[in-house]
Amino acid sequence: MTTREQVVVLRRSIDWRALWQNIYQAVLSVALSLLIGAVLLAVSGQNPLVAYRSLWSGAFSSVDRFTETLVQATPLLLIAISVSISFRCQIWNIGAEGQMILGGIASIWIALTFAGLPPAILLPLSFIGGALAGALWSLIAGLLKAYAQANEVITTSMLNYIAVYLLAFLVHGPMKDPAGFNFPQSPLIARALELPRLVAGTRLNLSFVIVLLIVVAALLYWRTTLGLRTEIVGASRRVARQIGLSVALTIAVVSAISGALAGVAGWGEMFGLHFRLIEEFARGLGSLGIVVALLGELHPIGMLVAAFLFGSLVVGGNAMERNAGVPFALVDVIQGCIILLVLARGYIFKSRRSTR
Amino acid sequence: MGVVQMVGITKRFPGVLANDQVNLELHKGEIHGLLGENGAGKTTLMNVLFGLYQPDAGQILIRDQAVTIASPAAAIQYGIGMVHQHFRLVPPLTVTENIILGLKGRGLLDVKAAERQVKQVAEAYGVQIDPGATVRDLSVGQQQRVEILSSLYRGAEILILDEPTAVLTPQEAESLVVSLKKMAEQGKTIVFISHKLEEVMRLTDRVTVLRAGRVVFEALTRDTDKAQLAREMIGRDLVSLRAEQRNRVLVLAGAQDAVPAAEPVAPRATGAVVLEAKAIHANDDRGLPALRGVSLIIRSGEILGIAGVDGNGQHELAETIVRLRPLQAGQLFVANEEASNWSADDFLQRSTGYIPDDRHNDGLILGFDLTRNATLKLFRRRPFSSFGFLNYRAINQFTGQLMDDFDVRAPNPFVRASTLSGGNQQKLILAREFSQTPHLVIASQPTRGLDIGATTDVHQRLLGERDRGAAILLISADLDEIMLLCDRVLVMYNGQSMGELDTHTADMQTLGLMMAGTPHSGAEGAGGVV
Repeated sequence: MTTREQVVVLRRSIDWRALWQNIYQAVLSVALSLLIGAVLLAVSGQNPLVAYRSLWSGAFSSVDRFTETLVQATPLLLIAISVSISFRCQIWNIGAEGQMILGGIASIWIALTFAGLPPAILLPLSFIGGALAGALWSLIAGLLKAYAQANEVITTSMLNYIAVYLLAFLVHGPMKDPAGFNFPQSPLIARALELPRLVAGTRLNLSFVIVLLIVVAALLYWRTTLGLRTEIVGASRRVARQIGLSVALTIAVVSAISGALAGVAGWGEMFGLHFRLIEEFARGLGSLGIVVALLGELHPIGMLVAAFLFGSLVVGGNAMERNAGVPFALVDVIQGCIILLVLARGYIFKSRRSTR
Repeated sequence: MGVVQMVGITKRFPGVLANDQVNLELHKGEIHGLLGENGAGKTTLMNVLFGLYQPDAGQILIRDQAVTIASPAAAIQYGIGMVHQHFRLVPPLTVTENIILGLKGRGLLDVKAAERQVKQVAEAYGVQIDPGATVRDLSVGQQQRVEILSSLYRGAEILILDEPTAVLTPQEAESLVVSLKKMAEQGKTIVFISHKLEEVMRLTDRVTVLRAGRVVFEALTRDTDKAQLAREMIGRDLVSLRAEQRNRVLVLAGAQDAVPAAEPVAPRATGAVVLEAKAIHANDDRGLPALRGVSLIIRSGEILGIAGVDGNGQHELAETIVRLRPLQAGQLFVANEEASNWSADDFLQRSTGYIPDDRHNDGLILGFDLTRNATLKLFRRRPFSSFGFLNYRAINQFTGQLMDDFDVRAPNPFVRASTLSGGNQQKLILAREFSQTPHLVIASQPTRGLDIGATTDVHQRLLGERDRGAAILLISADLDEIMLLCDRVLVMYNGQSMGELDTHTADMQTLGLMMAGTPHSGAEGAGGVV
């Protein structure tokens, strides 16, 4: 204790330049997409300013609409986090939609089958069931990749089809609500199981808070040994093998984690919004979630921002269709432009990074 | 009169001034040696000329006209071709397909005609190659010829070769030298980047020495000599360095006091057997037998050298021992424990070190920063992580310590490994592997492509580990290195051991014969039972 050793504390400083570059490229992508949309509007004889004003006010002008934007962002963010973990491990998992569907099916099935249990037990049980179902569905592709080198792009997209038709089969058949006037939907879950609303009179519910917690968990994940392991296997399978990591096991574990998160997204949609299985509740969310993940640079905070943006586009787009008479398809066009620009931004914005 | 003049070229990278006001003039028909230690800025300077980097300041004149070389495509337009250290070939395609790859055609591809043209170009410069062969099946030396031909085929008048002999066997290097001289005679200008003094002396007409990004010396090769070049390159005297090193080897070899170099040294008493291989067999990546019954023993405190022409099973031997490659037959023992069924993890958990020959793909993750690379094998243990969470403080401190101890030069531990020079990358690997005081070290081509300064560092680290009592397997294509460091040498040929020699008594002629496939009398495959 007598001698004071000189301890040099080394700290990683934030790479502001890289961060700034990412932000400005993302902003530029979005701005350019809106510009392209404006040109299309003008060409089709609409006033772009009017249309965009109604897009903006549709997404942000009232508590109602703002919360709806968050509602739309919730599953997107969760799916983005789900796939980002796979992507950073170089697993091109595009099966989030299927995993989400399985999560929804399992959690509703649990809620209906064990309806006698007290809600305090049944709600967590349905959550776990949803996560587990998503994980297992994802593991099918994960294990095939880990141990049989099956291409996950193919297996996960095929599993998506199976999930979609399984859901259709269930709501038209075994799980159809007998008192539902023949609609393809399951019976409602008990009132007590519905997730509490955060703002009365809106659809914003507890699942949004859960997703924010998962964002925090994702930030922490990359500070764990498992997170580093994920990145090492993603960066170089050869080095991973050499330092004694099991590549196959890592792929399986990462697949399961991704699937579980997507399964939770399904649970959130069921218990927060729909309260019953309906056909196509996950439609398009899988691929949109992937876009959110890429736009957010696979970083939890980046994806948070991107999910919010896409949520507002969906909500604002609906309002624009209603109020300005602009077809919602234009929002799809803008989204498509954002996707293209994000993926090609390295070429378009000419950021010559001197990698040496 | 200069074909190319580079005037006042300055190039900065974050934290590094790679080129500082460099002037370079290339003449038609000359072979120009560009000499310097790793990180001296040779490759950067040539990448600027080849259009891969834009200089921060300075000018390039080609045939007295100022030009901007915006990309390699532009460089090729100006008749500049470059052969990189790491080849840019597509393995499943043929030689001709690789050469014409990326050239503009008229829609239809006439491979036969292209093959004839490739053949013509090859013959014109005395390059031996089969235009129809698949690149995957070619040796490293042959692949290099494809790269050179590819530049010539595009009409290169100025050919830049980045450390072309670093990957070649002596025979291949010899045939490269012959080809290059022929090209120079026919009016091509050749830039030969190297840090091998002998080659530069033998091959080049003029030589420029770079040190720390600046030109420190230039001369006609016939007006200078090796000692002078070495001095200029490293800023100290090579002869004394070598002598120092050799003396150190002798002292370590058991003679306590300084021993005159001429006096033979008695073999040192060594410790317990640390690694034993009994008639091991293993396959290469294509599934063909690469190791065919190799036996060896290494004891604590000695270095066993594996000599042989590249590609005779040395790579597979290293990978089999570290358990990356399955054992087809035979047995492995590490410290008296049977290791035949171990995984790579089992091997590295038993305080062992492995220095792979491909440091870019196997030794490091180039996209990761130094802290992650330094703790690749350790992050799962305390204090680098606890309860599954990484402890960045411990990781950063450990990395900083390693960088100090092993003189890894980088602006800070958070730069990517890809930004380091080859020597510093290798030092980082050594630091990582030696930090846990291994009792067994497998070092595969640890100094390949390194400059003299870094090579000396690596040598002294290896000797230091041996001193400490580690058993070391040193695979090297460099016979001088083996004779300098090893106690015994085992020669491999075609996946088999041609026998072992004591390096204190071995003569080059016998070694040469063994490397060419003649078993040493009475010692074939017997392993190292001394």
